[in-house]
Amino acid sequence: MAYRLSPARLWREKDSRYRLVGGMCRRCGRRFYPPRPVCPYCGSKSVERVELARQGVVETFAITYTVQEGFRDQAPIVYAIVKLDDGARVFAPLTDVEPEKVHTGMRVEAVVRRVRVDDDHGLIAYGIKFRPLRPAKSGQ
Amino acid sequence: MVLRVGIVGWGAYIPRYRVKVEEIARVWGYDPSVGAELGVYEKAVGGVDEDATTIGLEAALNAVKRAGIDPRRIGAVFFGSESKPYAVKPSATIIAEALGIVPDTMASDLEFACRAGSEGLRAAFGLVASGQIEYGLVVGADTAQANPGDVLEFTAASGGAAFVVGPARDAVAVLEGVYTYVTDTPDFWRREVSPYPVHGEAFTGEPAYFHHIESAVKGLMERLGLKPQDFDYVVFHQPNGRFPLRIAKRLGFTKEQVEPGLIAPYIGNTYNGSAFLGFARVLDIAKPGSRILVAPFGSGAGSDAYSFVVTDAIEEKRDRAPKVDDYIADKVYIDYAMYAKYRRLVLRYNM
Amino acid sequence: MPGPVYIVGVGLTKVSRHFDKSLIDLFAEASLKALEEAGVEPRDLDAVVVGNMLANSLGSQDSLGALLATSIGARYKAAFHVKAACGSGGVAVYTGYSLVASGLADLVLVGGVEKMTDYPTPVITTALAQAGEAEYEVFYGASFAALNALMMRLYMEKYGVSRDEMSEWPVMMHANAEKNPYAQIRRRISREDVAKSRVVADPIRLLDSSPIGDGAAAVLLASENGLKKLGKKPDVLVEIAGVGLAVDTVELSNREELDAIPALRYAALQAYNMAGIEPKKLDVVEVHDAFTITGILSLEALGLAEKGKAAKLVAEGRFHPGDKPVANPSGGLKARGHPVGATGVYQVAEITMQLRGDFPGVKVEGAEYGLASNIGGDGSTITAIVLRRVR
Repeated sequence: MAYRLSPARLWREKDSRYRLVGGMCRRCGRRFYPPRPVCPYCGSKSVERVELARQGVVETFAITYTVQEGFRDQAPIVYAIVKLDDGARVFAPLTDVEPEKVHTGMRVEAVVRRVRVDDDHGLIAYGIKFRPLRPAKSGQ
Repeated sequence: MVLRVGIVGWGAYIPRYRVKVEEIARVWGYDPSVGAELGVYEKAVGGVDEDATTIGLEAALNAVKRAGIDPRRIGAVFFGSESKPYAVKPSATIIAEALGIVPDTMASDLEFACRAGSEGLRAAFGLVASGQIEYGLVVGADTAQANPGDVLEFTAASGGAAFVVGPARDAVAVLEGVYTYVTDTPDFWRREVSPYPVHGEAFTGEPAYFHHIESAVKGLMERLGLKPQDFDYVVFHQPNGRFPLRIAKRLGFTKEQVEPGLIAPYIGNTYNGSAFLGFARVLDIAKPGSRILVAPFGSGAGSDAYSFVVTDAIEEKRDRAPKVDDYIADKVYIDYAMYAKYRRLVLRYNM
Repeated sequence: MPGPVYIVGVGLTKVSRHFDKSLIDLFAEASLKALEEAGVEPRDLDAVVVGNMLANSLGSQDSLGALLATSIGARYKAAFHVKAACGSGGVAVYTGYSLVASGLADLVLVGGVEKMTDYPTPVITTALAQAGEAEYEVFYGASFAALNALMMRLYMEKYGVSRDEMSEWPVMMHANAEKNPYAQIRRRISREDVAKSRVVADPIRLLDSSPIGDGAAAVLLASENGLKKLGKKPDVLVEIAGVGLAVDTVELSNREELDAIPALRYAALQAYNMAGIEPKKLDVVEVHDAFTITGILSLEALGLAEKGKAAKLVAEGRFHPGDKPVANPSGGLKARGHPVGATGVYQVAEITMQLRGDFPGVKVEGAEYGLASNIGGDGSTITAIVLRRVR
């Protein structure tokens, strides 16, 4: 039922998981995540893989209390659709934020965090999450 | 000795969660004065989805940002930690991959208790000095473990710092000299299957921490012909808030030289992040021409003493990434229960 | 134009936590009822199409076509399993329709069945989540409720819809289900009950969510030629007048719109065009309200309400019994229940009964046209099926 993490699968996806690599359509110019062989918007087959913008705003979010097996330690999980500054939309959890402080329009930045861990013996899967800009007062 | 190498970029990362020492004392029935005795009042705690690799990666991103170089020019990535997420499988490759440094690079995880990262710094300086690589990335990060209820738990904290090492012409701080002092001293260890380290309590002090740092610093000053008053700043490994001040006094340094790099009182002992974060905090403020002594220590035991001289290049790089004090100030307090969950002290079984 | 396809028998089980019944028990109960209505023996069938989502992940069972067809004695017939997450039932009817309309078969039994309650909730949640995108949604542990909650928040914020207005949908569903003997939950609730119920994935609350339950539904499809093979001639003949199926990206992130279910617009348009009708002709609809937001967005996608208006219209009393159309007189997924892979077949069976005038719950008197829309994933595989009373 709950499968163990596949080494090959994690390896294959690492560009998107570590560096937020998505697709860019050479015809309509839109960017998207996850990458797909054909542009999901205009249908062009001319797409390339690019690193997407690492900041964006929360378009919508869900504070999730009923979680899948293996995610209880992270609950409540705030899932969000983030619209990146380059226009791509990303679905990912938010981290390092109190759920009651999340609002649509909130600026967030991408970080790499643990997403799931196969008990004491299996793999650790890292992936993109978003957090409010931190530290709030730094001049980056 | 003319090394022609230095620090090209520095970066810090401290997780946002803090647990107060008095909260830990409450849970385990210690006298509440334990924090004052240790000189540590709260410690940084990594979130539930953080580990030494993710912490090291954040610090490394900041260091590369400050260095302002194309990551592909980095020829070696060294990761020093004693809380590696995998016993076997490097974290350095994950960090290298996430920064886009792969595949044309070395990548190694190093082990030497709290000075594993410093071993990486020495190695990277050597590789740059010998012309084998152009730049090196050195990361020291830990989610320090301590047996719940052990005195070590008051200080064992999460955090990390990273440095891009490169030629002196690009450096914000040029390496003037380095001297390392190691012996076989069993003051602190963790066996392969132990979740938490064991320590020799008082034995970790005199024969270990004090003897090794003192020897390393004296050795360096002798070689360079420098005296304590020649340094503007001095940074030591910080297992608590007291030891660095004591070793400083013994070596003839003043409190004023130590305090800018003293971070343990605010975040605890981040093991491989400890002296590195102190050094990063000094770089956040140091003026060109300042001389900085950095002396990490690792149980087992050994200490490195480095002397750096700050260059004019530091001013423009300072604001490219968050500063140590930004991270220290940006905090959220959690209770022992949340801390226990975040640091996986509560085991949840798959049933 | 494909030949006419009639629905000549229906069978349902009550949706419930049937701890004492297996997948086969449930399937057989519904299927044999449908065959019985038409006086057809299993050996007279040309094909059996099974709609199911979770037998594989929860029940460790594949080969469902063979397993279930032979369990009712339809050995050596064509039988297979159709799978499109919670939209499996609708796609099974679409497939059965295609077999009959193409002339390949005269009598086809379409059975949707789901056995969900053998495991505790987190296990079921994990299995259901597989309707989402595995690598970029499910990977993060996203539950199905979480994905729908993203749409619900966006909708409420964008169109200024209040919690209270949203709450009328489940209130209406519970009221309708009270009279439906096949419904899982037959208990009235208030808007306040909805607003105070436990948060599942904010803003979705427990009473916005369809319950977990087991159930099976079956419809028997016949061609013109198939009608001649029936043991009992139906008093009222119901025809599948139009079908539509459209898909959208499984991952929400690559959708154009998150405050709508665009694929349902396309599926509905196909079905309307094929049936030659406008939405206003519909007397009754059974839409896929896995969550309150899904029901609301379905009304809009079907062209029954303007964008952003459906929740307010429901709160004002539209779509309740007596209106045209009535939405979900069965109680919908919310209260009739949502045995996921069977739901699409339940809907078609319920609309059939409404058109025949023998639905045992809230009746839509004199109904001529009805529509069933079934959704797989959070809007990724969608069927729309228009039924018409012929005589």
